[in-house]
Amino acid sequence: MIRDIENETRPREELRALQLQRLQAVVSRVYHMVPFYRRRLDEAGVKPEDIRSLDDLHRIPYTTKQDIRDNYPFAMFAAPMDQIVRIHASSGTTGKPTPVAYTQRDIDMWAEMMARTLAAGGAHAGDIVHVSYGYGLFTGGLGAHYGAERLGAAVIPVSGGQTRRQVMLIQDFGPTVLCCTPSFALYLAEVGREMGVDFKKSKLRVGIFGAEPWSDAMRTEIEARLHLDALDIYGLSEILGPGVAIECVEAKRGLHIFEDHFLPEIINPTTLEPLPPGETGELVITTITKEAFPLLRYRTRDITSLDYAPCKCGRTMARIGRLQGRSDDMLIIRGVNVFPSQIESVLVETEGVAPHYQLIVDREGQLDTLEVAVEVDEAVFSDEVKAMQALAKGIERKIKDYFTVSVKVKLVEPRTIPRSEGKAVRVIDRRKM
Amino acid sequence: MKVEQISVFLENKAGRLAEVTRILGEGGINIRALSLADTTDFGILRLIVDKYDTARELLKGKGFTVGKTEVVAVEVPDRPGGLGLVLQALAKAGINVEYMYAFVQHSGKNAVIIFRFDNLDQAIELLQKEGVHIYKGEEVYRL
Repeated sequence: MIRDIENETRPREELRALQLQRLQAVVSRVYHMVPFYRRRLDEAGVKPEDIRSLDDLHRIPYTTKQDIRDNYPFAMFAAPMDQIVRIHASSGTTGKPTPVAYTQRDIDMWAEMMARTLAAGGAHAGDIVHVSYGYGLFTGGLGAHYGAERLGAAVIPVSGGQTRRQVMLIQDFGPTVLCCTPSFALYLAEVGREMGVDFKKSKLRVGIFGAEPWSDAMRTEIEARLHLDALDIYGLSEILGPGVAIECVEAKRGLHIFEDHFLPEIINPTTLEPLPPGETGELVITTITKEAFPLLRYRTRDITSLDYAPCKCGRTMARIGRLQGRSDDMLIIRGVNVFPSQIESVLVETEGVAPHYQLIVDREGQLDTLEVAVEVDEAVFSDEVKAMQALAKGIERKIKDYFTVSVKVKLVEPRTIPRSEGKAVRVIDRRKM
Repeated sequence: MKVEQISVFLENKAGRLAEVTRILGEGGINIRALSLADTTDFGILRLIVDKYDTARELLKGKGFTVGKTEVVAVEVPDRPGGLGLVLQALAKAGINVEYMYAFVQHSGKNAVIIFRFDNLDQAIELLQKEGVHIYKGEEVYRL
């Protein structure tokens, strides 16, 4: 189902004209409102009036997560605080989060985008939407929530955790739409089975699953176990939150990116050259309608491709392929973004712990696990078991406090973590997608 | 009055304990007493050996994490209730035993027990006051 026929099926010529007009406006906005962008554009020799065609986009420098970090906390905001109504944050690459802001118009646009994604799965007023994404600084919960309300659906704002209780609510309240991470969907199915629940009898019809990469094999499994249509949704807090792109239930082949608000490109992450349609590379997005936190040519680090072929659902918007990985070392553990550098920062500030560590990512049942192997040297070694266990627990607690991800710290003997000549092998990912 | 104990960090995997004993054996080190505390992930091996410094160098040279702890070697009458007398005295004085293990060999007719205390000096003082015999380090390494 298409919520906004005019915008979602606009002829591409008209769409490009709209995109250019909006691109010009946003470049002008950040040039005048954000000192960082004025400096960047001046250095590149680009004035807002130089953007005369969509091809001129290529003259604009890229923005990276490091740039946002350098302007911590609020120097990238392009609206005064009296116009900002919400601040979210994603995990940064070290201890500090990456804050993002929204004006009322941004919040409305976001709700509209999420309403479009729900509609793409066939949801409508009268549906009951069970939201298991986390509520809080993370954009998942509130993003899905506002979208469902905008659609006129009834929201059950469950947030994460308490899986057995969630299964009970699915049985008793009869939600028709489920929003969560794909791994949590499988976990719900697992716990439901233990509780003797037959999901064939539940009213669930469609699931909007995102915040972590998954595969068509996982889709087949989720659909078979939960008896619903499973759709992939894409979003990142820097750009908006959930609702940047969505699969349509008609085709389930690629995620339509809402090009009237987000201008996508694919680049070679090494040479930074733009790549032609269809080629695989790093997704770069320019937000062309946001007020409080617009980003020009933001490097998402997600590896995918763009497909401009018409879709049978009728949308004219390009589709991004399933995410194939990252061009940086970010890990996604149960929907939480984790960078090895974050773990490292905790270890470094733990007295006596050697900087040699390794992250082992695995999947137990349906849930991701992250084990941190830490070498024990003489500075921290104790002859008492309780002291060693306190050391491990202390590191686990710190990582949980800072980055909201549960890890298991495993103490290992010195020199057991391989040292390589070039880049240390910091991450071993044993998950099979 | 204090005895030097070597502690060795061991990952919980096959062959690590054998490796330690092999290294010490080849280095001509005699193990006088040992105890192994284990958890699901790791173990802590505690050893009393005849040549502490040599043993420490050998193990460190092979990449083991080695620690030094001072413990007390106590003579305990080898008869029913012998250990109980010592422990009761400690309990009465509020001295906590972190861990303890028995010596392999006897000294004459009595047993030798290694004690690890938080407050070592206080424990030694109390035990001596109670008339408990405590071995000197050199005596223990030669036992």
